[in-house]
Amino acid sequence: MASYKPTRIQTFPQLGEKVTQDTLYWRNYKAPVQIKEFGAVTKVDFSPLSPYNYAVTASTRIQIYGPYSQEPVRSFTRFKDTAYSGTFRSDGQLLVAGSEEALIRLFDVSGRVALREYTGHNKAVHFTDFSADRFRILSGSDDYTCRLWDIATSTELGRYGEHTDYVRCGTPSRLNPDLFITGSYDHTVKVFDVRNERSVMTMDHGQPVESVLLFPSEGLLVSAGGRYVKVWDMLKGGQVLVSLKNHHKTVTCLCMSGAGQRLLSGSLDRHVKIYSTTTYKVVHNFNYAASILSIAVAPDEESIVVGMTNGVLSVKHKKHTQDQKPAGSGSKRRPAYRVFVKGKNYMPKQDDFLVRKQEKVNLQPYDKQLKSFQVSKALDSVLKPHVRLKMPEVTVAVIQELNRRGTLRNALAGRDEKGLSILLSFLIRNIVDSRFAPILVTVAEMVLDIYMKVVGQSAVVDKQILKLQELIEKEIDYQQELMEVLGMIDTLFATITTKKESASLQSQAVNGLAEVRGEQDQRVKAT
Amino acid sequence: MRNRGSPRERESQRTKFTGQVDKMVASVEVRVARCGGSRINFIEPIITLDSRFLLCASGDEVHVYSTNTEERVHILQGHTDLVTGLRLNPSNHLQVYSCSLDGTVKLWDFTDALLIKTYVVRYKIFSLYVSKNHAGTVFIILPMAGNTNTESYQLVALHLPKTTGPEVEATEILSVLSDVSPIQRATSFGRGGEFIASANGVQLTVYFFRNQKTYRRVGSSTDKKGAKNRFTCVSCHPKDDCIATGHEDGKIRLWQVQLRNFNQKKEYTYSTDHWHHSAVNALHFTPEGTELLSGGVESVLVLWRYEASTKKDFVPRLGSAIDHISVSPDGSLYCTSHRDNKIVVMKSSRDIAAVIQGLVKGVYNDIRTDLLIDPRTKALVCNGKPGHLQFYSLRHDKQLYNLDIVQQEYIHESGLHQYEVTKAAIDAQGSWLATVEERQENAELDISLKLWAYDETTQSFQLNTTISMPHEGQISAMCFSSCSETTMLVTTGQDGHFKAWLLANSPNAQDEGASWSCDFVGSYHHRKPSRCCFSADGSLLAVSFTEVVTLWSLSSWELLVTFSQPPGEIRDLCFGRLSCSKYLLGTTTKNLLCCWNLLTCSLEWSSAVDVILLQPDPLSENVAAFSLTSGNVDLFVFKPSEPRPLFSQKAVCSGSVRRAVFAPREEMLDSCDESTQWLNRSQLYFLTERVELMTFCTKSEEDQIMASSKQLVIDDSVAVTPFYLLLGKHRKSQRETQDTISNQTTARMQLPQGSTTIRELLHTPAHVLPSASFLCNMFVSSLLISKSGVREDGSCREEEMESENEEEAAEQESEGEMEAGVQGPTVQGFMTELTPQLSKAQERELRKLRKTDFSWVGTLLDS
Repeated sequence: MASYKPTRIQTFPQLGEKVTQDTLYWRNYKAPVQIKEFGAVTKVDFSPLSPYNYAVTASTRIQIYGPYSQEPVRSFTRFKDTAYSGTFRSDGQLLVAGSEEALIRLFDVSGRVALREYTGHNKAVHFTDFSADRFRILSGSDDYTCRLWDIATSTELGRYGEHTDYVRCGTPSRLNPDLFITGSYDHTVKVFDVRNERSVMTMDHGQPVESVLLFPSEGLLVSAGGRYVKVWDMLKGGQVLVSLKNHHKTVTCLCMSGAGQRLLSGSLDRHVKIYSTTTYKVVHNFNYAASILSIAVAPDEESIVVGMTNGVLSVKHKKHTQDQKPAGSGSKRRPAYRVFVKGKNYMPKQDDFLVRKQEKVNLQPYDKQLKSFQVSKALDSVLKPHVRLKMPEVTVAVIQELNRRGTLRNALAGRDEKGLSILLSFLIRNIVDSRFAPILVTVAEMVLDIYMKVVGQSAVVDKQILKLQELIEKEIDYQQELMEVLGMIDTLFATITTKKESASLQSQAVNGLAEVRGEQDQRVKAT
Repeated sequence: MRNRGSPRERESQRTKFTGQVDKMVASVEVRVARCGGSRINFIEPIITLDSRFLLCASGDEVHVYSTNTEERVHILQGHTDLVTGLRLNPSNHLQVYSCSLDGTVKLWDFTDALLIKTYVVRYKIFSLYVSKNHAGTVFIILPMAGNTNTESYQLVALHLPKTTGPEVEATEILSVLSDVSPIQRATSFGRGGEFIASANGVQLTVYFFRNQKTYRRVGSSTDKKGAKNRFTCVSCHPKDDCIATGHEDGKIRLWQVQLRNFNQKKEYTYSTDHWHHSAVNALHFTPEGTELLSGGVESVLVLWRYEASTKKDFVPRLGSAIDHISVSPDGSLYCTSHRDNKIVVMKSSRDIAAVIQGLVKGVYNDIRTDLLIDPRTKALVCNGKPGHLQFYSLRHDKQLYNLDIVQQEYIHESGLHQYEVTKAAIDAQGSWLATVEERQENAELDISLKLWAYDETTQSFQLNTTISMPHEGQISAMCFSSCSETTMLVTTGQDGHFKAWLLANSPNAQDEGASWSCDFVGSYHHRKPSRCCFSADGSLLAVSFTEVVTLWSLSSWELLVTFSQPPGEIRDLCFGRLSCSKYLLGTTTKNLLCCWNLLTCSLEWSSAVDVILLQPDPLSENVAAFSLTSGNVDLFVFKPSEPRPLFSQKAVCSGSVRRAVFAPREEMLDSCDESTQWLNRSQLYFLTERVELMTFCTKSEEDQIMASSKQLVIDDSVAVTPFYLLLGKHRKSQRETQDTISNQTTARMQLPQGSTTIRELLHTPAHVLPSASFLCNMFVSSLLISKSGVREDGSCREEEMESENEEEAAEQESEGEMEAGVQGPTVQGFMTELTPQLSKAQERELRKLRKTDFSWVGTLLDS
């Protein structure tokens, strides 16, 4: 007739982080490789060409690393003071860098000595980049100006002095060689057109701007400054599209991944947040050991490089699933197709009597024992270490089932010192868990009832019973405190609500408090 | 508020209400009828000799089921009280005896559902036994000395007089045993009918027919292991002198009975087998005597090998406690009758062959959920087996399916605290089902609220969300929002809160989908809520807190207004519907029925009636109120707009009414009579205190049912086979047309003839139908419109005949495949036409014969 219904294991909603596609994707990076640099890493830039080397600007050097090597492929050390903003040209052949000495240097990636030096800025140059046509260099400096240089002749083509504070960041347009955007500590982001003398668009970020970034489509602009990341709609004349406030310290760097699908922001609060560019919600979060100054994602997304204030460069490489696959599939050969279809395609003849084999149901060991009413054995099998430590909900479910069947006392009785100490250690571990408390309190009472006579015979058991007592006393104190807090909150709510809003506010309060109260009551019951 | 106004006004309204009642009582158009769902497990079912049919008593009817298809084949109607015994006639295996509390023994032909004979005894008969050795005699159990009040019964032999006539007075009664148990299973015939064994209490009595002596063996009731060795059932070995007895402590004793030594006090021998942990309810030997079957509360059928009782087989998890066991005469089928109104037919290879399930009325005759109507299947939904909800088709008196709510192994042991489904609600579209299950042990209450989504692919409800401990106390009421846009559930708990639950999509879309979560928690001055109700448009929620009714706006969760009519707590609450949706009705424990107007926020009217149950009709404005007056229940049907009942009936039933529900009708009635109009759209069902399902039916409806049943009787007088349905119908319809001429009134029945054939065809299981190609021919021809009805002109007829002859000639050339039966629908018609038609058929036969003859002759000549 009806088959045996297995014990129902109650599942509880996961309170922690929800596993989404994004978390799965971002977790697919290996543990980071740490490389110690000489000073704070202020800029990381990937070469746009395969094999995607990256230039790391730290202290007075710029070092170029290969995708998997931990030793630099090349390093440029001819800086007398701190170097800034080592950036590749779009053909990956040239590298430009500013420095504290107000100089801009241009390097050949394969060479060692600077090809050109551009002088003209009065103060440190924090931002350098190439224009889209590859013939010009942009720079932004602490002398409040940004300038445009011709690469070959090292002459200054233009000077824009509209900013009223340090220019610390900028980006050229990839689609239009004449457009570039700069961000400054005067809280503004300005769009310049080389063909015009003055800026064509100004956006007020509200905070000193640390980083600006254009979307691949260049319709949207992202700026970071203070705790805010703001997205601007360029086509609507610089309207703010969305303002994100997910960091609790200054956001220092921005970068784009997956052809504009995800936006990454690094901050001094040691977090990297990943936003979806469709919803602008945080979809994932990385933690690092120190404040983050720079971040970059490889064009093929094989690695994420983060530079920090303590001079540590952290490189995360992507896991490759095919690495493990051959080992797994090779060891176990599946039976051939023949085996599966064997006898299945046999057509019964007219007088054949069909004998059906009963479908075999796979039952857990405890279910098998419960099915045959072996209660003590069922309890033993869920008190095995791998169950009681890893899946306490299974143990509790079986205990609940035994209680429902009225045979819990029989199952608990008749244990020796070892068995009892296992049971007690399980209780100590789980009795204050609000999910399990109601039933485990019953169990504890029963255990004390049954084994009252043998108290004092075993040192181990006595110790555990004392521990249990201590635990429960602590829990009672905790509950009392919680109740006091609840009383205080109630009085607060009673006093602040005005007459009109009383209904809605109180209901909300009740709504919020009901959960707390429910949990509390549970805990009180537990004690 | 108007209720605070002049008391005289209120008084006048009240008198008006009651005055109207007296006037309306006279109506007899509407009758209370018991509807289906009676117990089929009351007595042991029997299986016919050929194992094709199973007979069981169901209330005052006997039902005949097919053992292969579980379909009900016949209903044997005739008894006027509970049927208490059923036995096959030992001298004719196509006949069956039945006895009833109405004091008659009836002999039936069950294959044709015909009553052959009625023997009138005039005493209540409690049980019936027959034996092959005692032809012409049946053994029945009657109350001692005809006194119904005493608790003692006697077994008597009733000689059946051989006089002809449908009703015979049977007066020849011979007492066999006195002081027996009235329970059927406590008495059994021994080998070849030589003796009869009966057990009562701790005493086993054996009566030998040969020397007509009675031997008693009285066990000690003060056994040292406690007085639990009372007999519960007896079964005798069919080939051996052995009596098996079941005991209350779960033991089975096998007594070796010999005529010689049973009387000597010490020389009876018995062996004991023990497996059951509680009382053995049923015992039965197989016809060959090789196995003994036993069953009890454990709901495990135990098969003991006779003479080797250490070897036993089990058929576990039969669902519910076994009450009766019977075995087919050839031993190929076992049949167990269960406490949850179920009969399981099982092959001797332990495979389940059929399950016949009646309306389950709870193990303890207790339905805790409200009666609900599933909008999809129009089935009645209520508690079924423990931990289940049953979906019961009221129309077909048949259980559709069981939904497992608790999803836990049921432990069949008395005294255990089990999970029980206490509340259930279905939303208006039938896409969500909410259930509450609870289990109370000592002070610990375990409640969970489950929400089930209707799955289109599997056509059943799938568990969506489980909420454990939704309230700290018991849930007192639960209802779904009647609005179609948002699905909202409101529960009220004894913890003083009411909670609204909403279907919410989980924040990340990749998750498994929407689940339910709490949207709002409300309370009112720490009072306990008792009832909740949504308005028809789903914009207002009414929750009653003891004496106060609170109205909440669903959009803002604001408390809008409160009503109260102290003293007396609110017992029931419902909103008016359709044109009366501005009214809110409430009943209080202090005999008051109040109607509040929601627009003016005042009391519209009130009436002093002790309403125990208020039930709104979902399809009309009507509200049914059951009121209790001096032990009897009266029904009032009224519209909330006026304090005047549309219909009222006094003394609907004795005792209280527990639950009621309006079930929508499949076809609307078009009664214009004021007193029956309220039954046009839906039908009112209610459960009495003794858990009987009753309904109200109108006279015209009854007439219709009677008419259709008459038609059925005619149909069933010949064995119903699919071939009969196709071929015999046509022949009969010819007969009916003759009737039509004589009696024009039955013309209506003849009309849907084709459609009933189709219906029967569709209802017949596919595996018993003839091949589709054969049926198709029939089907198409049955759809043809008969021309014969139109033709009246003689000359025209002749022409037609000629053309038909031509057709036939043509058909004969094409191998003459046409069959006579196919011609049926065109052939049928007026009686006057029959003669030429027949001659034509004969002619055709002749022609056919002639043709074949020719070929024969030809071959002969050639050879």
